Amino acid sequence: MHSVYRPEDTEFQVDQRALLDGLRELLPPEGLLVDEEAKRPYECDGLAAYRELPLVVALPDTVEQVQDILRLCSRLQVPVVARGAGTSLSAGALPHPQGVLLSLARFNRITELDHSRRIARVQPGVRNLAISEAAAPYGLYYAPDPSSQITCSIGGNVAENAGGVHCLKYGLTVHNVLSVTLVTMDGELMEIGSQALDSPGYDLLAAVMGSEGMLGVVVEVTVKLLPQPQTKEVLLAAFPDVESAGNAVAGIIAAGIIPGGLEMMDNPAIRAAEDFVHADYPVDAAAILICELDGHPDEIEAQLQRVNELLQGYGANQLQIARDDAEKARFWAGRKAAFPAVGRISPDYYCIDGTIPRKRLAEVLRRMDDLSQEYGLRIANVFHAGDGNLHPLILYDGNKPGEFERTEELGGRILELCVEVGGTVTGEHGVGMEKINQMCVQFQPDELEQFRALKSAFDPQGLLNPGKAIPTLHRCAEFGAMHVHHGQLPHPDIPRF
Amino acid sequence: MTEHDDSEQLLAQVGEALAQSRPLHIQGGNSKAFFGEPTTGELLDVTAHRGIINYEPTELVLTARAGTSLTVVEQALAAENQMLPYEPPNFTGDATIGGAVACGLSGPRRPWAGSARDLVLGLGLINGRGEQLRFGGQVMKNVAGYDVSRVVTGALGTLGVITYVSLKVLPRPERVSTHVLTLERGAAMQQVEDWFRQGLPVSGAAHDGQALYLRLEGSDHAVSAADKAVDGDRLDDPDIWWVSLRDQRHPWFTATDEAPLWRISLPPLSPPLQLDGKEFHDWNGQLRWLRSRLPAAGIRERAAALGGHATLFRGDAGDAEVFHPLPAPVMKLQRRLKHAFDPHGIFNPGRLWREH
Repeated sequence: MHSVYRPEDTEFQVDQRALLDGLRELLPPEGLLVDEEAKRPYECDGLAAYRELPLVVALPDTVEQVQDILRLCSRLQVPVVARGAGTSLSAGALPHPQGVLLSLARFNRITELDHSRRIARVQPGVRNLAISEAAAPYGLYYAPDPSSQITCSIGGNVAENAGGVHCLKYGLTVHNVLSVTLVTMDGELMEIGSQALDSPGYDLLAAVMGSEGMLGVVVEVTVKLLPQPQTKEVLLAAFPDVESAGNAVAGIIAAGIIPGGLEMMDNPAIRAAEDFVHADYPVDAAAILICELDGHPDEIEAQLQRVNELLQGYGANQLQIARDDAEKARFWAGRKAAFPAVGRISPDYYCIDGTIPRKRLAEVLRRMDDLSQEYGLRIANVFHAGDGNLHPLILYDGNKPGEFERTEELGGRILELCVEVGGTVTGEHGVGMEKINQMCVQFQPDELEQFRALKSAFDPQGLLNPGKAIPTLHRCAEFGAMHVHHGQLPHPDIPRF
Repeated sequence: MTEHDDSEQLLAQVGEALAQSRPLHIQGGNSKAFFGEPTTGELLDVTAHRGIINYEPTELVLTARAGTSLTVVEQALAAENQMLPYEPPNFTGDATIGGAVACGLSGPRRPWAGSARDLVLGLGLINGRGEQLRFGGQVMKNVAGYDVSRVVTGALGTLGVITYVSLKVLPRPERVSTHVLTLERGAAMQQVEDWFRQGLPVSGAAHDGQALYLRLEGSDHAVSAADKAVDGDRLDDPDIWWVSLRDQRHPWFTATDEAPLWRISLPPLSPPLQLDGKEFHDWNGQLRWLRSRLPAAGIRERAAALGGHATLFRGDAGDAEVFHPLPAPVMKLQRRLKHAFDPHGIFNPGRLWREH
């Protein structure tokens, strides 16, 4: 298995004895995992291809312990990787071999649910779905809903700026978090943001959102809650070609309608999902669109009719409107099970997370098809069509020598394609360790340098999650050289718009 | 107003200022010069750098050079039946899109449609090392690297010169109506919240002390149904009223009054301020404009006690700072962040936080 830290990421001079002695003074024995066997469950996150054992796993119970651990690590120059539920798909929570893996799992309480103000204060280890469950008796919910919402924790959602299927209308984590309580590497505790709609000075909250645990450790999150929509309608439309489905998405938006969810699946994804959950998807379709409309009944009735007409106008050759809740759930079941469904037809799969301008969809799918043939690896596509976030799933067999490496390379080329058409290497999963090389394609050295300067403002010693998200210039130089070696040009000056 | 790419000139002027260690005072339409602390420096005029670079209505994204007039942007959007959801103010009519992002002020729709920073997708920036940089992009979802675009939004030009911005835009509602209802402030806040929870398409809620002004926006169906449910006196031309609030041309703002204007930002459903002065509420009570001669310390103490903060928006209040001071550890981060973007302190010195 892979360790992908570079030499310059692992040059810390760690006094292990002093670290363990110090931690033992701060935490009870059950709050510290030192044995290899006990540390093993923490060696990877949702991207299991990358594994690394930390020196030690710390499981604090209190904010004071978190502060003390960070002060100790600051003093001893020990790297720290914070971890929530460990569902990251980009190895953002991959442990550092010389450092402390700081688990926030024990911070699992909802501190306050102020239903009259529609605000919840929660600890970082609280699961995403648990917030909506706690708010449900008041007719409220927390909007961002990543597919892993049963398991993933809100602290991790903040670290990754997590999205979900309802982003286009309701936004990402950054749009739904009001404030965080942050501990910086020097042990300072501070509130960033507030329950008001803005705060004085620079928007540090925006810096923290999606910062992949590199600026501070979040110990509490205040989120806003929304009223549950009164009505939901779900349509399922089948198209004979991908272009028409893409045009239909643009047409719905051009008509002034912002659906609650608008998802596309291509034929391989449709077939895999159908085999798995029997959602009654049309298996001959080149693409399907699932469109959810939500809001006030009067508004939805009119929208439903309009969307129905539009989908037909753009060439949908099969169109169903869910008649009841069971059918709505069935339409969604295939989409929500798309990843495990692909997991059934292939020993392994690798999920990509590029975002593209929607109008380039057909071109990107065509070129991905070419790449798929070049590498001899199948690709299934699920697509948050409304906001341009593409999740190609590369099917591979990790037991075949060299196949993972080829998959990784193919994934990298797909991400570079996303950047080339004006998009980004990651829409919602984060860079982590997985996409760090592609950051060299998306950003110029000066821009990476500016990122590092921002990081230093929060963490001058560079101890929080080192080696992730923002590549060193060394790494980029080597990655660029590798590209030339493979006969491709690096993209030193890609116009990103 | 022809399109023009003036970025080379902007870059050259920053380079010169850096070489000579001279500060720069960045200016767009000069419509918000009153906002923030006084600053010094040679004028860096962004208005020659203008033009819409890219606008794809079905992608819901517009990209324009920073000096593009806000009015031009809004006209282009209106032609496609779209809008900037956050309703940036245009106090004099001369505002630019770069200034609208740099100042980060959001209009009456903000609690329901998001703020300036919520809708910024990407931007170009000349930083304090004289480098021309690009952050974010033109796509809705993008978590590659730190979210610099949103950090720069509302930074009042102190982190660098914004060269272009990409913003999320939305369809204009089919129909708008505004009801005027005689309700006491506290009851009005609760009523608006109740209507919002019932699914009514609320997009504005202001209170002048006498009456609640409630804006409903959405499809024909939704607004006519909501009109029946609310059943207040209706304004004939709601747009004029909301624009006058957004741009502070409403009589409440223009009435002769020497008292400073405070902008107080609060959590939802906060109790009355109980401060001597005149109040006008926007954002369903989360934004309270206060004309008061009370000492700054007392106003700030009360705002903070309610979980909010107070900005000295217009006028003088002794030696009070414009922005609500932050706790020491946060202030330390604020200053370090400034240094990370502008190590030599050449951009708008002191406009956000006074220099020590």
